[in-house]
Amino acid sequence: MHCVRIIPCLDVDKGRVVKGINFVDIRDAGDPVELGAVYDAEGADELVFLDITASHEQRGLVFEMASHVAEKVFIPFTVGGGIRDADDIRRMLATGSDKISLNTAAVQNPQLIASSARRFGSQCVVIAIDAKMRSAEHWEVVIHGGRTPTGIDAIEWARKVESLGAGEILLTSMDRDGTKEGYDIPLTRAICEAVNLPVIASGGAGNLDHLADVISQTGADAVLAASIFHYGEYSIKEAKEFLADKGIPVRKTDA
Amino acid sequence: MIGIIDYGMGNLRSVEKAFAFLGHEVFVTSDVARLLSARAMVLPGVGAFGDAMRELQERNLVEPILQWVRDGRPFLGICLGCQLLFDASEESPGIGGLGIIPGEVVRFPNGVKVPHMGWNDLGFGKSHPILDGVKEGSFFYFVHSYYVRPKADEHILTVTDYGSRFASGVSSGKLVAFQFHPEKSSDTGLRLLDNFAGL
Repeated sequence: MHCVRIIPCLDVDKGRVVKGINFVDIRDAGDPVELGAVYDAEGADELVFLDITASHEQRGLVFEMASHVAEKVFIPFTVGGGIRDADDIRRMLATGSDKISLNTAAVQNPQLIASSARRFGSQCVVIAIDAKMRSAEHWEVVIHGGRTPTGIDAIEWARKVESLGAGEILLTSMDRDGTKEGYDIPLTRAICEAVNLPVIASGGAGNLDHLADVISQTGADAVLAASIFHYGEYSIKEAKEFLADKGIPVRKTDA
Repeated sequence: MIGIIDYGMGNLRSVEKAFAFLGHEVFVTSDVARLLSARAMVLPGVGAFGDAMRELQERNLVEPILQWVRDGRPFLGICLGCQLLFDASEESPGIGGLGIIPGEVVRFPNGVKVPHMGWNDLGFGKSHPILDGVKEGSFFYFVHSYYVRPKADEHILTVTDYGSRFASGVSSGKLVAFQFHPEKSSDTGLRLLDNFAGL
């Protein structure tokens, strides 16, 4: 039974997890290794670390972080944010990271997708698409964390990254991100219908119904969420029990 | 000591780190003499079948691997390292594999998303010490577009459903190979690696 994946997303600044993660029994809420291990023990299916380090000189810290995470956390993890070229990708995979996620760099240089897929394998090339609604059934790709419009249609871009060899799409609705109003169902459905790749839905999760809705109504393979897990509103275990009750296949960790 | 074969194909660090986490001595090398000094050998790898065979040949690793397996010594293939044990793959027509387990590697048919990416469960085809302490129905992490089709049922160790049922694990004595990634399958995956180290 193929399972839907639940993926907590952790923001990382200078190698430390930020945005007030609030778990009981955590000694160091900024320690990516400790948080990763807690999420693994709770039953998270994967982890995404999003590097938001602004200062160029300190970007290297995320490689160190990934290397430490890989020593202690044995579920797949993706690192994204600020990865610019093949050398960044090679270095990141050498730490033991499983996948890298490309966003702005892929839009600016689509051939990076093709060359990375060839050199490192499609399975490790995640393309993060940040999409903003322009009209009904039309979404535009935005880059630089949502600040820069590109004029590229999100559905066409999804098809293109698939043809270039991407292994997975991490789709974030910039209209819903941070609102807790639920995932953008029409956007997610449109992308899932356009490609035959696994799609991770992201942006807008505010409660467990939102997770169930996007999975059952779109064909998304995974749901990414940050605040509902970090602030202890719901545990991964509760989320899985909730989805299982709705008949959605999830990995049970007590098997 | 566990020797991980470095043949330039993909991410070997997570396998190394998993064995180290379990407290086993482990090294990664392409040096044949060093590999032969190991107690158990691991062939991981991601990428294309044909490229991988070429890399193994260029490093003169094919014959030492075949001899190792003929001697019945512990050998673990993971993901592409599982597929390479077979005769050939649809991914790279005309290129022979290691030919240790009779059968072929085929692509998932249309109708399912490719790659098969995520967690899926195992049914057991037979008993084997590598499965000690692992319950049937446990979940493991998969990422692959091709799967192995052994000619003989006796080689099927575990089965998994994705569209249809395929062999997710194969074995022949102390030769064991998995299509999924035990090093990325949390506690249950680590258990398999620990069991392998004890074979």
